[in-house]
Amino acid sequence: MLPISPTYLLYYLPLIIAIALVFGGTRHENTQLILHHAWQTGRWITSFMGVIFVVICVLDWML
Amino acid sequence: MAADSNNTILVDGERIDLRNRTLAAFLAWLVPGAGHFYQRRYTKASLFMVCILSTWILGFALGGGHVVYASWASGDKRWHYFLQAGVGGAALPALIQVNRMKKATDPVSGQTAKQYEPLWGGFMAPPLRPVRESQADEVSAWYARRGAGYEMGTWYTVIAGLLNILVIYDAYGGPLSVPISGRKKEPKEDADSADEDAKEEST
Repeated sequence: MLPISPTYLLYYLPLIIAIALVFGGTRHENTQLILHHAWQTGRWITSFMGVIFVVICVLDWML
Repeated sequence: MAADSNNTILVDGERIDLRNRTLAAFLAWLVPGAGHFYQRRYTKASLFMVCILSTWILGFALGGGHVVYASWASGDKRWHYFLQAGVGGAALPALIQVNRMKKATDPVSGQTAKQYEPLWGGFMAPPLRPVRESQADEVSAWYARRGAGYEMGTWYTVIAGLLNILVIYDAYGGPLSVPISGRKKEPKEDADSADEDAKEEST
């Protein structure tokens, strides 16, 4: 299904952690709120990319 | 986010003294997190420093010392550097390297002199010129040596630079606490609005 090895998906993990934490850090001052916002951000981005991935897989299967 | 003076803001129930905002922003650009250390916001300073610098260093580990370099020569317009420069001091060696290469490159032929040797073993040095996409050159050698790692390293360092731009803003103006939902609430009775405020604060 994937033209590249799934191991490449591991490149995503450090990026999403850094992006989510920095994004959360630039929205709040309280540590708990930062972590909460970071979790929500990471979940949102991952879900969005997951949806795009499914759409592309379906298109690939159909065409 | 309320401001009761030019440099003190109220965020999440805490008073934050931004001190000299311009200096803090400059320090934040120079070293990720340094501006926040200056403002005594130590937790966030450590968070930003670790996140951004680890992304930066990981980019180099994946792609080698050439993922960050400055070049605007024909055939090699490295626009990525403008974003990587968001990290500040960590990207400055590339400017030293490119300036040295320009002096060793013939402006007419665009050829780098054979005796040219970059500093620091070629760390952050631009490729030897000329760079032509249709021919084997030093850039293609970097790609061949590192494979996908060169591309990933480039994007890691670009993202580190972009994240630091957010951090610079945070050092200058405090957290950008905007509501996630853009919907405005209808004005309610006093009792209802007081209950709602209490609920929001508890979450």
